[in-house]
Amino acid sequence: MVAKISIHHLTFRYNDTVALRDVTLDIPANEITVIFGPSHAGKSTLLRCLNRLNDLIENEETEMTGQILLDGQDIYGPTVDVTELRRRVGMVFALPIPLPLTIYENVVYGLRMQGESRKELLDARVEQSLRQAALWDEVKDRLYEPAMRLSGGQQQRLCLARILALEPEVILLDNPTSGLDPLSTAKVESSLAELKAHYTIVMVPHSVQQAARIADLAVFLLNGQLVEMGSAEQIFTRPRDRRTEDYITGRFG
Amino acid sequence: MSRQKSQRIAFAILTILAVIVVVPIVLVVAYIVVQGIGAINWEFLTTFPHHGMKEGGILPAIVGTVVLTFGTAIVSIPIAVGAAIYLAEYARDTWLTRAIRLAIINLAGIPSVVYGLFGLGLFVLSLRLGTSIVAGSLTLGLMTLPVVISTAEEALLAVPQRFRVVSRSLGATRWQTVRQLVLPNALPGILTGIILGLERAAGETAPILFTAAAFYLPQLPRSPLDQTMALPYHLYVISTQVPGMPLQVQYGTALVLLILVLSMNVVATMIRSRFRRRRQW
Repeated sequence: MVAKISIHHLTFRYNDTVALRDVTLDIPANEITVIFGPSHAGKSTLLRCLNRLNDLIENEETEMTGQILLDGQDIYGPTVDVTELRRRVGMVFALPIPLPLTIYENVVYGLRMQGESRKELLDARVEQSLRQAALWDEVKDRLYEPAMRLSGGQQQRLCLARILALEPEVILLDNPTSGLDPLSTAKVESSLAELKAHYTIVMVPHSVQQAARIADLAVFLLNGQLVEMGSAEQIFTRPRDRRTEDYITGRFG
Repeated sequence: MSRQKSQRIAFAILTILAVIVVVPIVLVVAYIVVQGIGAINWEFLTTFPHHGMKEGGILPAIVGTVVLTFGTAIVSIPIAVGAAIYLAEYARDTWLTRAIRLAIINLAGIPSVVYGLFGLGLFVLSLRLGTSIVAGSLTLGLMTLPVVISTAEEALLAVPQRFRVVSRSLGATRWQTVRQLVLPNALPGILTGIILGLERAAGETAPILFTAAAFYLPQLPRSPLDQTMALPYHLYVISTQVPGMPLQVQYGTALVLLILVLSMNVVATMIRSRFRRRRQW
């Protein structure tokens, strides 16, 4: 297995709270890695470390130790261009957050910020990304309407398309279906299943059930520590650690 | 007394109090309109005063106020908007930003006549700009800064933080985020603040008293270094310095000033309400 992302002894602290404690983990390419666990396990923090979104925290003191390698390169290294990193490692948030722009402009936002302005390229990328996110048929006739007019499920697929337009290598999804109805959730899940052929997908799921439905690799976090990781099949049927079993079977959480 | 009854009484008292707020403004405007409307005609708006200002029009004062307001805009908008962007988007909580905020609060509390005196000392005398449109605009601009900075900063902060995070997560830099996303969404609020600030500057007498205003000029100013007449100062002059001034001319002048300032206010309100209807978040 070739690791797309390697995390070595990652510890992350906000003020006096330790959110992640000595996490070591390899994330393979072209699979869906699911990071699950109860609230405050450090799942979102871990995800946000992977494209340095934690850098944007302003009002709290944060400290990170350990190393995160993307294709063998330290993403916290001194020569790393953070905006370029965030293009390569995209993030879809828990609640859909369309920018107050048109559908079209939402999709091309990241490209425009890179200075891309060729109309044909932007048009082509919009169609391609919206198709990949299974949204094209629903919005192709209303690309210039405000994105806020879309339904919640459509908005979340738009946020996915917005990331895909940047042709990233890794897609991070932080509980992307939390606000969605079951039908929309199914659409997002099936998009992800198709996308994994081309991308590395890391996802914090909405529930253990969702984790079991779509994960190839599963990672169980508890109180900032990595308890157990393995193939989804093994974790969800024969967990080795007692705490994993208790969580999956609903004894706590 | 039942709870419903005391509720009704409280509601009635509050309504009366709210109406009392409206009464003075209506009375002031109505009084000035009634007293001054007779003076206003084409000649009054387009000619110079003559016969010791008792006759003729107020053209140079109108032009002067418009010019000074533009000058104030040129001075204050770049500084105020720049400062607001710095405070809202870049600054962290340090001794420097605390000092800046303290300075803004204090600037807002300084009486306008003190600005006038300061402008006289710095711009007119030390910088040798003389009593001029430039000196007056700089003084008024300075006075306008706190209002514009505070409202602009509020407008910027009203743009939800989540948009900034999304923008950065899509690989935009901080400046791109400000330029492409935050500023366009905050613009109506910033414009409202600018207009409210300029409106105050347009109506002020004290700051231009020693820095820009002339008692009477036989011609319109030709350069930014010329003195100028201005409506508020002209009103002060004809109300206190010219014996035997017809009352109607005084109220006519006041009415013109009022219309100028209120129409700026109307524009600000229109921008705001139009934006509220179009806003998506």
